Amino acid sequence: MSTNQNILVKLKQAGFCINDKWLVKGVTLQIEKGKIVTLIGPNGSGKSTTAKIALGIYKKIDGEVEKYTNKVGYVPQKISIDWTLPLRVNDFMTLTENLNKEDINEALSLTGVIHLKDKNLGDLSGGEFQRVLLARAISKKPELLVLDEPVQGVDFTGEIALYELIKKISDELNCGILLISHDLHTVMSATDHVVCLNGHVCCSGTPIDVAKNNEYKALFGEQASQILTRYEHRHDHIHTSEGEIKKN
Amino acid sequence: MLDDFFIRALLAGLGVAIVTGPLGCFVIWRRLSYFGDTLAHSALLGVTLAYTMEFNIAFSVFIISSLIALILIQLQKRTNLPGDALLGLLAHSSLAVGLVVIGFLTFIRFDIMGLLFGDILAVTVDDLLIIWIGGPLILLVLKLIWKPLFASTVNYELAEAEGLNPDRAKAIFTVLMAGIIAISIKMVGLLLITGMLIIPAAMARNISNSPQKMVVYSIIGGVLSVILGLFSSLEFNTSSGPSIIAAALFLFILSLLNIKQSIKLKN
Repeated sequence: MSTNQNILVKLKQAGFCINDKWLVKGVTLQIEKGKIVTLIGPNGSGKSTTAKIALGIYKKIDGEVEKYTNKVGYVPQKISIDWTLPLRVNDFMTLTENLNKEDINEALSLTGVIHLKDKNLGDLSGGEFQRVLLARAISKKPELLVLDEPVQGVDFTGEIALYELIKKISDELNCGILLISHDLHTVMSATDHVVCLNGHVCCSGTPIDVAKNNEYKALFGEQASQILTRYEHRHDHIHTSEGEIKKN
Repeated sequence: MLDDFFIRALLAGLGVAIVTGPLGCFVIWRRLSYFGDTLAHSALLGVTLAYTMEFNIAFSVFIISSLIALILIQLQKRTNLPGDALLGLLAHSSLAVGLVVIGFLTFIRFDIMGLLFGDILAVTVDDLLIIWIGGPLILLVLKLIWKPLFASTVNYELAEAEGLNPDRAKAIFTVLMAGIIAISIKMVGLLLITGMLIIPAAMARNISNSPQKMVVYSIIGGVLSVILGLFSSLEFNTSSGPSIIAAALFLFILSLLNIKQSIKLKN
């Protein structure tokens, strides 16, 4: 098992309650260096809330949070830039930390939006903006990266590329990643640990473990479970166009 | 040179405009124009306090405005009234209480018009000192909290998550707002201070594409408004405050021409 030094954030029975309503309750998880933890669950199941607890945005929480790093990159689920704020992509990149030009350019190139550097944030499309958000979060080379649906609105090929990038960043920077995603395919291919939420922790473990869990099946349906099993042995057979299964 | 009331007024106005420029940008970005109004209205109470206790006006306005800001924050936490209703409640009740207190102080002659709309004749060398010491101090503090304040203006949770302590920046900014109202009350008067904050900044928004540029243009706009306003107030014998604000409005209208052009370019 990993030593304590690798732990970046630890949640113990954490929960958040607002106006007598529990948004999420009893979450225990830990994020380690170089590992990707993914939160899945239906709408309103407390995924973003859990991320905000881990980030320390919510302060009056139930349970415990231990955070061992201050180098954090965050991609929030939604962010709206008012017209009154004249903000170019370049200004936005240095929002929380001063960076040199090379780091800014490198991050923007990685997410494929270097050509938008001098554009106004308000003029970007949803997908472009999402890429800028991701670029900003990775440009400061964080130890902990929290990505709340980082590829929403990104086109199909871009989505795959960005997930590959996220995986690469986790390896290269050896940073821990807390990922919230609706895309079960990607979740299962790159994640080390999955936490399935539904107001509380439904089940958690490796992608394969979670896929076999009955509560997971009840929540997402049999089909979702099959996505996982497909990943499990995706290399031992292929599906031909006639629908036959051919062994490799 | 400082013996000439007009030079004093000009120096005071320029000192104020340099500070209202950047603060005004934040007032616009954070949607605080009505909050600025509330603090300014409460300033009347501060002025009456200064007169009754023979206190420095700027200092007592600063104290009262900070106090009102504190009460507002507490009320926001403890009641369910929407923000604008709370602001209205505080703004008008503190203005009313201030006027009532003035009614009791029959032994002092108040220049109410001067208080409400500013009075260039009233600017003394002491006032200049307060403006030119307090003003740069406000700017220095604003520069120090720029990063957390600006980041949380864009997105509070992002700033909080990445360890910038936005709550502290916000509290400090509130104090700076009370400060600028305290030092500028004699120039533009308490009814028009918010105009001095937001009109040059709004003008600047129309012609800038980055936050830094907007701050710089906002300062330039404020400075031009003061010069233009004061000279015309001398020329046409009008009150200084309204003349400065009217000049700022004139510049704002000019800046609209620029925005029309850029909208046309876009389509």
